[in-house]
Amino acid sequence: MLAYVIRRLAYGVVVVFGVLLFLFLLFFMMTNPDDVARKALGERVPPEVIEQWKVNHGYDKPLFPSSSNLTDNMLFEHYRRMLTFDFGRSDADDTLIMTRIREGMGPSLALTVPLFILSLGVAIPFALLVAFFRETYIDRTGVVLSVLAMSVSILLYIIGAQYLIGKLLRWFPISGFDFDPQLVVRFLALPLLVGVMSGIGGNVRFYRTVFLEESNRDYVRTARAKGCGEARLMSHHVFRNSLIPLLTQVVLAIPFLFTGSLLLESFFGIPGLGAITVDAINGNDFSTLRTMVYIGSLLFIIGQILTDLSYGLVDPRVRLE
Amino acid sequence: MLEVAGLTTSFPGESGEAARIPVVDGSDLEIAGGEVLALVGESGCGKSMTALSIMRLVPKPGRIVSGSVRLEGRDLLEFSVSAMRQVRGGEISMIFQEPMTSLNPVTRVGDQVVEAIRLHEPVSRSAALERCLELFVQVGIPDPQARLRAFPHELSGGLKQRVMIAMALSTRPSILIADEPTTALDVTIQAQIIRLLRDLQRELGMSILLITHDLAIVNEMADRVAVMYAGRIVESGSRLDVLARPRHPYTQGLLRSMPALAPPDERLPEIPGVVPPPGQWPDGCRFATRCSIQVEECRRCVPEMVAVADGHLAGCHLVETGQEPGGEA
Amino acid sequence: MESWVVSNVVVALIVVGVAGLAWFGLRDRMWSQALGELWCRRRYSVLVIAFYVAVALLDSISWVGGMEAQSDTVARYKAQSILDRLFADTRERSYSAPFADREFYGGAALQRPGSHVLGTDIIGRDVFYLSLKGARVALLIGGLTSLIAIPLALLFGVSAGYFGGRTDDLVFFVMSTLASMPGLLLLIALIMVMGKSTLAVCLALAVTSWVGFCRVSRGETLKLRELEYVCAARALGVSELRIIFRHVLPNLMHLVIITGVLMFSGLVLSEVVLSWLGIGVDGSWGQMIDQARNELSREPIIWWNISAAGSALFGVILAVNFVGDAVRDILDPQTLRQGE
Ligand SMILES: Nc1ncnc2c1ncn2[C@@H]1O[C@H](COP(=O)(O)OP(=O)(O)O)[C@@H](O)[C@H]1O
Ligand SMILES: [Mg+2]
Repeated sequence: MLAYVIRRLAYGVVVVFGVLLFLFLLFFMMTNPDDVARKALGERVPPEVIEQWKVNHGYDKPLFPSSSNLTDNMLFEHYRRMLTFDFGRSDADDTLIMTRIREGMGPSLALTVPLFILSLGVAIPFALLVAFFRETYIDRTGVVLSVLAMSVSILLYIIGAQYLIGKLLRWFPISGFDFDPQLVVRFLALPLLVGVMSGIGGNVRFYRTVFLEESNRDYVRTARAKGCGEARLMSHHVFRNSLIPLLTQVVLAIPFLFTGSLLLESFFGIPGLGAITVDAINGNDFSTLRTMVYIGSLLFIIGQILTDLSYGLVDPRVRLE
Repeated sequence: MLEVAGLTTSFPGESGEAARIPVVDGSDLEIAGGEVLALVGESGCGKSMTALSIMRLVPKPGRIVSGSVRLEGRDLLEFSVSAMRQVRGGEISMIFQEPMTSLNPVTRVGDQVVEAIRLHEPVSRSAALERCLELFVQVGIPDPQARLRAFPHELSGGLKQRVMIAMALSTRPSILIADEPTTALDVTIQAQIIRLLRDLQRELGMSILLITHDLAIVNEMADRVAVMYAGRIVESGSRLDVLARPRHPYTQGLLRSMPALAPPDERLPEIPGVVPPPGQWPDGCRFATRCSIQVEECRRCVPEMVAVADGHLAGCHLVETGQEPGGEA
Repeated sequence: MESWVVSNVVVALIVVGVAGLAWFGLRDRMWSQALGELWCRRRYSVLVIAFYVAVALLDSISWVGGMEAQSDTVARYKAQSILDRLFADTRERSYSAPFADREFYGGAALQRPGSHVLGTDIIGRDVFYLSLKGARVALLIGGLTSLIAIPLALLFGVSAGYFGGRTDDLVFFVMSTLASMPGLLLLIALIMVMGKSTLAVCLALAVTSWVGFCRVSRGETLKLRELEYVCAARALGVSELRIIFRHVLPNLMHLVIITGVLMFSGLVLSEVVLSWLGIGVDGSWGQMIDQARNELSREPIIWWNISAAGSALFGVILAVNFVGDAVRDILDPQTLRQGE
């Protein structure tokens, strides 16, 4: 068990190094720092200002280490900064990236955690219901509705909800955010609705497949043969066994709660990490963007390790070795 | 005790609901109290479907379309869903061919037996656990106390099948349906499980519907035998009658191809061809496509089951007219 | 060479390729049966897709000249597709052009549906025409990306699964690295670095979407490798490449088809998000939606722009999703179930 955890962690570190290498390739070797500087400062700035900007943002060093100079180069700096969480300043407006992340984490979590719970809470019972009525019209209707729901672009969901509910019916504010718990509920209503709607089709379909697959197994027939009712069958036998495949999806989704949602936050004016990322994209802010990619990967890798470990808890057949 | 009459179970065909194809087609079976009835026949001839139909557990989209299943006079096919639930695992229990996959992989085996008990009797969990322990002793599970907390993957195939048997017996059913209980096991384990079933049957006095294609097991356990071919019962009678004086050419073929029962030093004769799949059954006698002694009538009309001796029935035109080889005429 | 010539050649190649595949497919019993069943189950979706493909083809075959009668002088010297030509006669029309016989507004902006079947957009272009043109862009995004991603995934997946050892370790490492980066962010970063163009978008989409199929094909190859006849072929000294081409790849074809269909809708929907971020493909429905978004706040509301683009998008995604489901059920009830 311990050996497994250590091996798993070690592989996680290897993948983190791989991600960092990829980011270096993308953001340092394939991009020209002069272009980045000009985008941040404007086209008509004197070369000295550009040079100074490059020094301030660490784009002035040689790319690779040489025998005489192992540490004072961009590759080493890149790894050192990312691994010590010293992300430096934004390429666009010179604010400290770490400060912005700290500020953005709260609003992001305020949106994504309820969204995550609501999505599961709506999709799983719905999928259980559809799977329970398999091969009937309820099932077929459920599947068709799911496919319909997942064929609509999330952009259309957002625009539709903002227009219908926000503008015409005026039930909830179209966008905005506040830390006051009473106000935040009203501000989050629309993004939550849109988030659940846009995900529900795919989720229901996926969970239904998992439930159906389990309910075709031999042990379900055994349970029926010993007199188990259909409802109990679903809740005690099928659902418990389905947890194993569901777990991968669910545990993997948890880390991304921290990085927020690009579209929802940006459209509904929630100042979270997703909105920060969109600002970085629109402002050609490469340093913020690569930090976000790095943090996302880091969280994903952690999530994956957690998933592997949690298999051992849910599935008695799995021995972590 | 249990009387199955005219049982027909069908699945939708290629072209859907309109053309349903029967997989069990008008089967009749009868099991008396305390009796072991063996149902034999090649793979795919509908033995499992017959058993599942008796339990009303035919997988969708299959459906029982006609016939009756009478348990002590009451027709199970007319029971409500909840009444049927009480019968399953209560009066009739069933064990399956695949012990490897027939137990819930994430629940401890003790809890699975406890669930079976508590679904039928309002007893506390600890009382049920105690009963479970007794059952484990009874079915010969070594170190039963520890095994209560084992997960299925920690047990061997033979032990799993013993757990299945314990679960099936937990409510003292009057009938046990065993669908090829030993087919998936090693040969040595097979003998142990069969011996266990036989001992338990004598001890508890229950009836068993034993499905198998192994005539040696039939010989060892059965009181009576029913032979199934392509969804129909073609011959039934006491073990002695059917095994020693088979009248239907299919039964004769089956017996001849059994090593233990065939004369030594001879190449085992086999029945030519394979069982035609459901939907491709011939119009007249189902066996006509593979039978070596058929006459013209066999292709035209379905033979009736006729009594050839007291309690010994066979469905063959040649038996009717007394021309078949191996007959006593 | 002129870009329209290249485009025509590519279109011709694709048409010939698809026709050839269809011909081989219809000769093989398994594939023709699968096609027959698909037709039985999803007739309408297939017809809808065929309509989009037809529109895209009309918009893909283009040439210069033949427009001398036009008032629009630019049009005379630019390559115009068949679809462009159908909609070109702007002098007289009262409906979107192939139905037109008179022109009332002369390209007035934001006209309600009526004189133009689906109205006009902010710079007076016919919305019906623009919606039809979006079909080609969508199919281009889905098709080109699949053409890059699937062979890439097959190459890496099959070699990892077949050869194992170091190759497998390396491919597995690359897969886990790519898979661990948040898909949308990676996509955006790639496009920002490569610069904005149709090819860049498709390349970026391919880089972010090949991993899933690579994993599947690696797993399947591992299974196929152990099959008896493959082992027998190896024991007989048949060359590795020959085994891969004769025994492994043909057995992955059904997965290729399923993945291609299932990938399509995800790709087109991703492009919509990219368009919103300003890095999408020119002329896509995503761009139409993004532009029309701003007009929703006008009084009275301009709804026809966004509904036209949204419905066109929804129609093809829905049809492809339905067909994808059926294709998966028909060709492979097991392997890809969990891989959603
Ligand atoms: N789910 C199903 N759908 C369609 N046909 C089935 C299904 N299950 C079994 N059958 C058909 O029913 C026939 C009888 O099967 P079965 O009772 O399992 O045979 P046996 O137990 O005698 O080997 C088989 O020929 C099979 O083709
Ligand atoms: Mg069977």
